[in-house]
Amino acid sequence: MWFFLQLVIQGLAVGSVYALVALGFVLIYKASSVINFAQGELLMVGAYICLVLLTTFQVPFWAAFFLTMAFSVILALVIERLVLRPMIGEPAISIIMITIGLSLVLKSSIAAIWGTQIKVFPPIFPQTPIKLGEIMVSQVYIYTFLASMVFLLLFALFFKYSRMGIAMRATANSNQVALSMGISVKKVFAISWCVAAVVSAVGGILIGNINGVNSTLGSVGLKVFPAVILGGLDSIPGAVIGGLIIGILENLSGGYLDHFFGGGVKEVAPFVILVVILMIKPYGLFGTEEIERV
Amino acid sequence: MQPSGIFHETYKEDMAIFQTPFLKFWMVAFFIFLAVFPWINKPFNIILNTNTLYLMNLIGIYIIGAHGLNILTGFTGQISLGHGAFMGVGAYASAILTIKAGIPFWIALPLAGLITALVGMVFGIPSLRLKGLYLAIATLAAQFIIGYAMRNWSALTGGSTGLVVSSPNFFGIELDTDRSYYYLVYTLVIATTLYTKNLTRTRPGRAFVAIRDRYLAAEVIGVNVWLYRILSFGISSFLVGIAGSLWAHYVLVVNDEAFGIWLSVQYLAMIIIGGMGSVLGAIYGAIFMTMLPILLRIPEHALTQIYPSVFTIFQSLTEGVFGLIIILFLIFEPDGLAARWHTIKNYWKLWPFSY
Repeated sequence: MWFFLQLVIQGLAVGSVYALVALGFVLIYKASSVINFAQGELLMVGAYICLVLLTTFQVPFWAAFFLTMAFSVILALVIERLVLRPMIGEPAISIIMITIGLSLVLKSSIAAIWGTQIKVFPPIFPQTPIKLGEIMVSQVYIYTFLASMVFLLLFALFFKYSRMGIAMRATANSNQVALSMGISVKKVFAISWCVAAVVSAVGGILIGNINGVNSTLGSVGLKVFPAVILGGLDSIPGAVIGGLIIGILENLSGGYLDHFFGGGVKEVAPFVILVVILMIKPYGLFGTEEIERV
Repeated sequence: MQPSGIFHETYKEDMAIFQTPFLKFWMVAFFIFLAVFPWINKPFNIILNTNTLYLMNLIGIYIIGAHGLNILTGFTGQISLGHGAFMGVGAYASAILTIKAGIPFWIALPLAGLITALVGMVFGIPSLRLKGLYLAIATLAAQFIIGYAMRNWSALTGGSTGLVVSSPNFFGIELDTDRSYYYLVYTLVIATTLYTKNLTRTRPGRAFVAIRDRYLAAEVIGVNVWLYRILSFGISSFLVGIAGSLWAHYVLVVNDEAFGIWLSVQYLAMIIIGGMGSVLGAIYGAIFMTMLPILLRIPEHALTQIYPSVFTIFQSLTEGVFGLIIILFLIFEPDGLAARWHTIKNYWKLWPFSY
């Protein structure tokens, strides 16, 4: 029982990071129907920038955090303008491939600049584990969970009440209607990329804190696909719930099934879940069903 | 477009693959070149500073695989991010069949293709309900699940150490040199190229294209969309499985690391750079993607002599250059090399008139 709870709590912490990254993914998809395979690399770039600011330049954490956010915004604007803008209206495969190309470019530039070894974050959160009943939970997990929940709440408020948030929801609903109501759709596309890069960078800093950072960190981005498919590709609450569920299921399957399959179940479990969801309920829990009848 | 003076008088002439005498002459010349290439490849070795016969064999194997992906993605419009893993299934299947079951290579080769076709069709089942993006994600899951099985089903696949395969024995002839393997590979390259070219002219091929362009309209005119989608997965995986089997018996070690998502991306890059839905495009793409690392090595060599530390940076930059080329092609040349070649050819045919 305690083992189970421990797995759930760790899963929630990692899942909350998936939720953040999934939020970025869903935002871009909703605004511009672009499927961003480079989401994981945006996360990795954020983690590395923050790490370098903290260790090489000895910047205090909060300053490093905001500088990372600023950098992510600029990077997102550049990517959106140079790479994605020319692709508006192209078929899905071109857009998938161009974001894959983008992820390769980002990944290899990071490997070229900072090498491929694991780098450890200086501790940001207190390290002493807390005792909850019978289980010892590292405080990192709790802070990670709380931090991502705070960010998710902030973004929820942003979408609900700010002018830009409302404009983004309108664009997501229908590009043309939004355009005719005087919303600059191009600006919305750019902003959705900015928000996506920022949430990913936050996720990168949080997850880098747990596991350390190396050039394969971008593979976290792949876990986003099971999460968003489970939640529904175009649903923001779905992204959050999907992220949490995938985090927990991944951790549970790792904990209980590793004996039977010789390790590494954690890596593949989300994708097995993904196939099952696609077979049963392809539009996820909250996604819009595209119904086509002949 | 035909050059002037060529008039087709029968339907058969109109449907011929090689339509003009000029083209026939060059095709024969090209086949003769292909046939004698292993005996005259020395100067090419020196120019490219590599074993060109080995390179040609790799290109041939990738051409077969690229044809496979092209049938699925280029013709039927179903994106697959799992073809790297499918190639691995072919490689493992043929390795296991020859080592553990003792089946001769020439039976194991088509069997490996059939097994891969079966696996591909199983993962193609979601295509009955999904398309576009959702299907791409389903095949991405296939990539990871198959990769996991290759790594962890140790009893069958040898785990992370992999399997050691022997060279194929073809009715007593040992195909253990680059040169002898070359003839095997290129026989199959020509066979699969002709097959793919002919497929585009038959009922299934046209059904594939109809599904890609407007699947609802295809269904209305009586194309069984589900059947042809699965069929396209089957044919496509069959070809990529054959490529995997050829690869296994050429490299002689089958290891899961070779068949990761990176290979799937490379395959997609091949057909995008070459030109999707074009038989020649798959060939151009395979050549381009195999030659690229060799060409990148030239500036790397030059620079390493001046700055020794450049080497490590270049190694990690290779992937980035691939990524950059994919991006640039998609933005500036979305129809690929095949379309560009077509434009250039037509320009000279029409010259000095621009219409």
